[in-house]
Amino acid sequence: MTNSALRKWSWVHKWSSLVSTVFLLMLCITGLPLIFHHEIDDLLHEHAQPVAVSPGTPSANLDGIMEKVHQRYPGKAIQFLAWDDDEPGVLLWFINDRVDSDPQTNRIARYDANTGAFLDEPDFNGRFTTILYRLHTDMFAGLSGKLFLGLMGAFFVAAIISGIVVYAPFMRKLKFGEIRQSRARPVRWLDWHNFLGIIVVAWMLVVGGTGILNTWADLVVKIWQYTQLTEMLGDGKDKPAPTKLASIEDAVKLARGKLPDMEPQTLAFPGTIFAGPAHYVVFFKGNTPVTSRLLKPVVIDAETGAFTDTRDMPWYVTALLISKPLHFGDYGGMPLKIIWAILDLVTIIILITGLYLWIARRRVPAGQALEDGASYSIAERVPT
Amino acid sequence: MSQQILSKTAERSTTYRAPGLIAVVSGVGLIFALVGDGFWDAMSWLAVGLPLAVAAWVWWPLSALKQKTTPTRASRVLD
Repeated sequence: MTNSALRKWSWVHKWSSLVSTVFLLMLCITGLPLIFHHEIDDLLHEHAQPVAVSPGTPSANLDGIMEKVHQRYPGKAIQFLAWDDDEPGVLLWFINDRVDSDPQTNRIARYDANTGAFLDEPDFNGRFTTILYRLHTDMFAGLSGKLFLGLMGAFFVAAIISGIVVYAPFMRKLKFGEIRQSRARPVRWLDWHNFLGIIVVAWMLVVGGTGILNTWADLVVKIWQYTQLTEMLGDGKDKPAPTKLASIEDAVKLARGKLPDMEPQTLAFPGTIFAGPAHYVVFFKGNTPVTSRLLKPVVIDAETGAFTDTRDMPWYVTALLISKPLHFGDYGGMPLKIIWAILDLVTIIILITGLYLWIARRRVPAGQALEDGASYSIAERVPT
Repeated sequence: MSQQILSKTAERSTTYRAPGLIAVVSGVGLIFALVGDGFWDAMSWLAVGLPLAVAAWVWWPLSALKQKTTPTRASRVLD
């Protein structure tokens, strides 16, 4: 590589890092406990448990439970019904003032799927994990916050790629994993920064890249609504909201018949962002580690209860759904979560040493070993 | 001149050999846990955890050296 090319890559590495470091530190710090959000929530908050039943026990009639939900929340609208991924036997009912209210303000009522009994309505607002989650996803700034963090993620990816390029000239006289322990701190930290950075490159790229994808989730849903959902609804997209809803028990049963190898995951009620004005959409998930992350929608007429359509999700929705576990690290049991947490800590070390090296470099008079333009040659100057 | 360039490219290829191997193994390991449970999960722990094992391998002798405050130059070479 020529000196001028190297200078350009160093410039990219320096500035993409400087622009994003503060936000990446925030993301790493808030993301660390979020890896264990399930365990933390269990520890900090009481949950009513569903009655234990032997496998194969038939679930309670969904229409009957919905009746109870309406009795408990008179005048309110149900937006979604979800089968809890983490806790089988628990149904989550998402309740709001109107069917088209902002889903972010939903209240969530938990019901026992087998007995149909009300369990509790946990208040997720103000929870430690909820605050961390909001900071981590949008810094309480909605879509613009998400897209901003996505941009910071893009800078992070640029910093990683330029880091890979400038790694080679630094290592010209050093062996892999060599730390010049007897040298001054800037040299030692430089060695650690380079070594740790290069060994966790794949993980950082995957978590950074999938993090960027996740910031586009709202937009992906919008695109899906305007394209595939509209196509599946056909003429039904202009149908007025039915005055009386068809049985959801029958709707789910009918949809199950279409996808016998899959399990229902969410039912979106008519008028919500995931359904039509007069149609239910039941989202099914598969039952293998990969397919349980993927969804397939079944559209059912909410007035007549008739089957309307089912299709595979478009590739961009599938990409988004697959990117989620790869970002959260919640798909390989507790050991993977712990590895995820340590890799997160290593990333924090890389960010801090990088920032330190920039500061240390500025302190050293120009032309000395650590000055930016000459920084790549430090490895050559140092006797090994 | 051409000899110099040749040796330089040879150097470059070894610079990225170990990091490239680690990146491929840990990257593929990320997919393992998606593929299946049980065996595949365990494979992913080994593969994704590889960079941490390598980091520990380098860090361990250095920290031991530091405690003894031996003035010798400590460099752990892996390959």
